[in-house]
Amino acid sequence: MTVTEEPAVTQAPPREVGRPRRRKEDARLITGRTTWTDNMVLPGMLHLAVVRSPVAHARITGIDVSAARSAPGVVAVFTGRDFADEQGSIPCAWPVTPDMVNPGHPSIAVETVNHVGEAVAVIVARSRTAAADAVELVDVDYDLLPVVLDMEQALADGADRVHDHIGSNESYRFVFDAGEAGTGADTEQAFADAEVVVSRRFVQQRLIPAFMEPRAVVVQPQGDNYTMWSATQVPHILRLMLAMITGVPEHKLRVVAPDVGGGFGGKLQVTPEEVLSLLVARRLGKPVKWAETRSESLMSAHHGRDQIQYIDIAADREGNVKGLRCRILADMGAYLRLVSPGVPVLGAFMFAGIYKFPAYRFDCSGVFTNKTPTDAYRGAGRPEATFAVERIMDELAVELGMDPLELRRKNWIRPEEFPFTTVAGLEYDSGNYDAATQQALELIGYDELRAEQQRRREANDPVQLGIGFSTFTEMCGLAPSRVLGSLSYGAGGWEHAAIRMLPTGKVEVVTGSSPHGQGHETAWSQLVADTLGVPFEDVEVLHGDTSVAPRGLDTYGSRSLVVGGAAVVRAAEKVIAKARKVAAHLLEASEEDLDYSGGTFSVRGTPGAGVSIQEIALATFAAHNFPEGVEPSIDADATFDPVNFSFPHGTHICAMEVDTETGMVKIRKYACVDDVGTIVNPLIVEGQVHGGLAQGIAQALYEEAVYDADGNLTTGTFVDYLVPSAADLPHFDTGNTVHEAPGNPIGAKGVGEAGCIASTPAVVNAALDAVRHLGVRDIRMPLTPERVWRALHDGGDGGDRATAGTNAYGGAQTETTAGVSTPQSALGGDR
Amino acid sequence: MIPAAFEYARPTTVDEALQAIADGGEDVKILAGGQSLIPVMRLRLAAPETVVDLSRIEELRGVRDDGDALVIGAMTTHHDVLTDPLIAQHAPLIAAATETVADRQVRARGTFGGALAHADPAGDLPAVALALDAEFVIAGPGGRRTVPAADFFVDYLTTALEEGELLVEIRVPKLAGQWGMHYEKFNRVAQAWSIVAVAAVVRRDDGHIAEARIGLTNMGPTPLRARAAESALAGAEASAEAIAAAARSAAEGTSPSSDLNAQADYREHLAQVLTRRAVTAAAGL
Repeated sequence: MTVTEEPAVTQAPPREVGRPRRRKEDARLITGRTTWTDNMVLPGMLHLAVVRSPVAHARITGIDVSAARSAPGVVAVFTGRDFADEQGSIPCAWPVTPDMVNPGHPSIAVETVNHVGEAVAVIVARSRTAAADAVELVDVDYDLLPVVLDMEQALADGADRVHDHIGSNESYRFVFDAGEAGTGADTEQAFADAEVVVSRRFVQQRLIPAFMEPRAVVVQPQGDNYTMWSATQVPHILRLMLAMITGVPEHKLRVVAPDVGGGFGGKLQVTPEEVLSLLVARRLGKPVKWAETRSESLMSAHHGRDQIQYIDIAADREGNVKGLRCRILADMGAYLRLVSPGVPVLGAFMFAGIYKFPAYRFDCSGVFTNKTPTDAYRGAGRPEATFAVERIMDELAVELGMDPLELRRKNWIRPEEFPFTTVAGLEYDSGNYDAATQQALELIGYDELRAEQQRRREANDPVQLGIGFSTFTEMCGLAPSRVLGSLSYGAGGWEHAAIRMLPTGKVEVVTGSSPHGQGHETAWSQLVADTLGVPFEDVEVLHGDTSVAPRGLDTYGSRSLVVGGAAVVRAAEKVIAKARKVAAHLLEASEEDLDYSGGTFSVRGTPGAGVSIQEIALATFAAHNFPEGVEPSIDADATFDPVNFSFPHGTHICAMEVDTETGMVKIRKYACVDDVGTIVNPLIVEGQVHGGLAQGIAQALYEEAVYDADGNLTTGTFVDYLVPSAADLPHFDTGNTVHEAPGNPIGAKGVGEAGCIASTPAVVNAALDAVRHLGVRDIRMPLTPERVWRALHDGGDGGDRATAGTNAYGGAQTETTAGVSTPQSALGGDR
Repeated sequence: MIPAAFEYARPTTVDEALQAIADGGEDVKILAGGQSLIPVMRLRLAAPETVVDLSRIEELRGVRDDGDALVIGAMTTHHDVLTDPLIAQHAPLIAAATETVADRQVRARGTFGGALAHADPAGDLPAVALALDAEFVIAGPGGRRTVPAADFFVDYLTTALEEGELLVEIRVPKLAGQWGMHYEKFNRVAQAWSIVAVAAVVRRDDGHIAEARIGLTNMGPTPLRARAAESALAGAEASAEAIAAAARSAAEGTSPSSDLNAQADYREHLAQVLTRRAVTAAAGL
């Protein structure tokens, strides 16, 4: 090691934060030439296939597995009885109230099945084909029980129960009352005194996360150690929970989330199949793989949303809001999974939105039904809250005869009022709602659209035009650990990062935040390049493997950059602090006289004397010439625990055409201006906004998990569960305002869920704005053409859809769900 | 999503194919483009004993001019139909409807004959074949026979094809005179099947509609002709009012199903609106 007069790296690289870098991980992700879990092949690996219940609620009176057991290639067949003593319960980490009832959630049914798709047997075979063939040979006798599907009926006196051994179908009742909490006035009094009260019942339909990569698990036993590869968002949480459930000690269990193809919250779970794979591998001492089909995924991976919302808003005649009261029924499905009960609670503090309600009450019941469990889905609680407040603000504006934007403006928090403590007790960090709104109005060409709307109305045009707003905020950066503790959540909300300086000057960044498509590798590289002053290309980001990244709380809730990225920056700062000591030694200068810039320490007032971080890394590796008493390492790690959430906000405006003859709705224009704080990579932010908009619009217009009267999921394929493609979505005009988040060193607020949270009410408000003058008061989501047409022609909200699946795929449905049933249809037709 | 095991034959001529079908056992499925058959096999809703794959039979591909008719080989892919100059010239309705079938990937593999033999009433091409009075040439162990479109579609997913037979080509008569055509499809997302669709073929003569043929997609277990609307249009003035009046009878004689996308009464309403739009466009108004 020599200290050169001219440091090797003199050119300060251009600033990385703010550069629209293409994502460095995309080539391998898009081509699939990577470590998707289902790509893995281990020597001697056996294949699992799960036999699932075709009925929604029944007692299992017998299972005959003899034919399956003797089928070619089958190694073993297990039922619930085989694992009854060791399977424990799928964990629920969020007991939202002290008396919450958790009925327990076996990974494989033992005595009863409680939803269609629940596991009843597991085939273990030498090939995936042999396992699939044997599924049909398992014969299960079911003694049918009454099916509970409707939440309102489920809570009625004398209702049939999902679980015999608990007293009712209500898991919990969570109440937040601002008056009682001391964060607001008395809600009942506010309503009693109000000049105007508007009440509505909104339905948040059940959705399916529908991640691109189906779930897959591989488990390899090595002595008494186990390695699990899983397509999960949460390898760290999964390891901890598996250890607690199965008794495999935590230090004997390694969990790897290799490249993971999307999750949207749907892989924020400890799944029955992960537990079963581990139990089977332990029982047989052989490596096993389970990979689901799309049909299994839609049926048995957890669902999202599914709330009935009774919303009351109080105001005076001038349009000053006085109170908000929310009574929520939240469908848990048949069991409580990891954070099922907590999803509505994540929304509990957001129903007030950006408005200065003096009084607020939230009262939510978690309800059991014989359906697939619900849990986190992009936005998790906050889309439900945002929808309710943004819809009810429009309804109040109609009641008052006010412009919906004027009503919002009158009540929202003004820029000079930040930080602002809301009626729900949250401290909103920063923003300017008016600035975002002004920019969005210009982007969409608001005045011209309003003029066109007027022309179409006057001409009684069969195609009417509507404009809808959503001026939203959300709570991101999950989460301050102390806040989670106060809400009885089972873990903290910190994130960990480590930086390893390699001898050649290259940098390994270890992050506890486990990506599944967000672009962590690119964004983290940009952060480290700027902080350390190293080239972007010299940074490698390691993640997802509990033996490589031992500490972490993973990726969900728009937390990765805000919390995980902050930990990376803090770790990089520690590296610099350590390197400074080495630099001072090598330069024979005092630490205080050193400047660090562009990756090089230089001595103030001594031009030409400097040492680069790369040189220091090599010197540290050699450790030949090191300061006395300093350990030879400049590696560092950091754990960041935010003190507050961050609060992205924005204004979304949708212009919608409604064909009143057919009920078809078509988005004419969509503009949004989001304030997500500091933007590290504008391309990633734009992508997140687009994807979020697609999912939020999909809730408004396309997606709905529909069950028939027997509890069968009718929307069991992508033929009937409609996920829109780029061809179905409009051009998006996007913009940003930037108000830095004060709570983290990056200034970022989080962007992963913004589009999804904001867009749904804007779309529905736009459709209603187009047809309200024709007598339509509400239309249930999704706004299918039929519902819109019925609302226009019959009144009402469009009503329930027929539950029969479409006859596509040649009638590829079960007999109970086929729209048309013929002998041919059972076999998919004659050709 | 793994099909049950099956025997597989890949003949290279029609004669070999007929032999393979005859030899295939009780339950033979014929694989054309596979865009309907493969999914139902993967879902194990179909588990044929033998699959006879027609993809290597060159004589079944392509479009040729046969004087007063176009002849479309059953194995001509949707993509090839879309880019064929003869179809563009003589039967643009087929191209218009084919363009709405699923997505580019499906159109690259799916075939004209396969879609017709599958006879899915929600498929776009059966109603088009019906509106164009196409004829179906069927090969069997005893030779060839020709079935008019009106007799080809028998029931839900059921055609006039008998056991052991194979659809080899479709004859589409060339239309003489001043004809306009339009396919009006109604669905929720781009790649989806029709909720309802209307294929209209209209001959105009001196300010009047001389003849209209209207095929309805997904208004019953088979594709249907809107006969009452056709009668009302024959000889009617080519005006918006006359077309609207005739279109009101478009759902007569139909028996649409009720499913997630539409209940029967809404389908009947759509048939009227879409017939008005399709005929209006086909009449050049």
